[in-house]
Amino acid sequence: MRAHSPALSTAVLERPTAPAPALRPTAAAAPPRPVRRLGVPPADPLGWLLGPALLLLVWTLGSMSGLVDARVLPAPWATASTALDLIREGRLQANLAISAWRAAQGLAFGVAAGVLVALASGLSLWGGYVFDGLVQVKRSIPTLALIPLLILWFGIGETMKVTAIAISAFIPIYLNTHAALRGIETRYVELAETLGLGRWAFVRQVVLPGALPGFLLGLRFAVMAAWLALVVVEQLNATSGIGYMINLARTYAQSDIIVVGLVVYALLGLTSDLAVRQIETRALGWRRTFGR
Amino acid sequence: MNAPFAPPPQSLASQSLASEPVVRVRGLSRRFTAKGVLNGVDLDIRRGEFVALLGRSGCGKSTLLRALARLDHEAEGGGEIVVPERRSVVFQDARLLPWKRVLDNVVLGLGGADAQARGVRALLEVELPGREDSWPYELSGGEQQRVALARSLVREPEVLLADEPFGALDALTRIRMHALLKRLSEAHRPAVLLVTHDVDEAIELAHRVVILEQGRVAADIAVDLPPEDPERSVRFAALRRQLLGRLGVAEREPTSHPAEPGDRHDPTA
Repeated sequence: MRAHSPALSTAVLERPTAPAPALRPTAAAAPPRPVRRLGVPPADPLGWLLGPALLLLVWTLGSMSGLVDARVLPAPWATASTALDLIREGRLQANLAISAWRAAQGLAFGVAAGVLVALASGLSLWGGYVFDGLVQVKRSIPTLALIPLLILWFGIGETMKVTAIAISAFIPIYLNTHAALRGIETRYVELAETLGLGRWAFVRQVVLPGALPGFLLGLRFAVMAAWLALVVVEQLNATSGIGYMINLARTYAQSDIIVVGLVVYALLGLTSDLAVRQIETRALGWRRTFGR
Repeated sequence: MNAPFAPPPQSLASQSLASEPVVRVRGLSRRFTAKGVLNGVDLDIRRGEFVALLGRSGCGKSTLLRALARLDHEAEGGGEIVVPERRSVVFQDARLLPWKRVLDNVVLGLGGADAQARGVRALLEVELPGREDSWPYELSGGEQQRVALARSLVREPEVLLADEPFGALDALTRIRMHALLKRLSEAHRPAVLLVTHDVDEAIELAHRVVILEQGRVAADIAVDLPPEDPERSVRFAALRRQLLGRLGVAEREPTSHPAEPGDRHDPTA
């Protein structure tokens, strides 16, 4: 074995410098049958824009041809000019700022609470006993069904709205972070034991970075949940915000303003999701498959 | 600790007779573990001694190694284990934390102001200079296992426990890793327990081969090959036949298959 291994490794090191001619195809009688590609080819990063663009096109054509009644759905250009008017008057910015502030507050409280409870529940046996069952029970009640109770407790002011958003954001943060904490692979736990890591070093070096992908996934869900809760609570006796603007427009049958509000919601959702994905790409550079 | 030149095997043998064993196992039993049972294992390993643990699947090899690594929290059983606190484990998978760069993996849990410098030196020793800031996924399987080796050796262990560390590597990488492990263990002189099911690997690396069978030590064979070749190859082949026989694998007759030490057999096949 030993006598032969040096010979073997020299043979390996001597790489042929020219391609072996025998590998070239010699018989060129029949053209080879092309192999049909069955998998979906890699996607263009901007390809997803096609669907929305088509929708815009159909909308434009429908409005131009008169097939779509302007009272049902205003034309794209009418909507755009309404949006410009709203911006000029300052109504859109003011309402947007209020809505964004509500969502941000609710998201901040929800994320903080979700992370803290997930840590308590994921890192200790007793914490799990106390909190996990509770959250599972809560999870089976849609947060929006809690709104009547929240109105009784907090009134119809900002506290109720922020609380409802926070509860909505809390659930996905908790679920995903908790699952990630509990899902740390046994082999890494064993490794930490053999390296003699202490409890705190284990949590800081192994558990938390290992749970980060789960947390960030939860964050994406939480951002979406926060916007959803925002839309609902702003329909309830609000006196400001995008939802209030939409509600008011409904009273006066201003469908163009309603559409502007919906577009703003869509843009908010998309940009915030993009922001969280940016955070993911930066924080998870160690993952080979990331960003696909 | 850092003997730069390894003593020749002859002087090691005489020296180890005098020194106390670093690892001492007496009457070790383990029941109901997923990977086999142990029924009264006795084993001593001295400082600088390289012991290979052979056996068929389920014979308790890994159970014994995990017991020595103190990883079997839930296991039931008795017996006496004396094993130094300064011990390192190399697993079959390199087990690098994917979210830590190579150097941070090597010095994980290592205290002291010079930890980084020691880590850099350890990476140099496993022939991975300049890879400190790579992510684990950027390395090949063999390179990852070399990082794992650096992570073990940077702690200057008194005992190195290796659980089929080359089992997942391709044959050529394995040959290079054998040479590396041999060199490093001779330089650092920990007591080594290598769990393997590769008979050639055991003979190549170990001073002693211990065969485990149904949770007991069935054979304890010294590997004392002469350094020069014609004789060495012959003795290698003979020892290999003996070990394979003990493992219940009959090798093909040497007449029909002239001794070809490079030819690898999988004894578990």
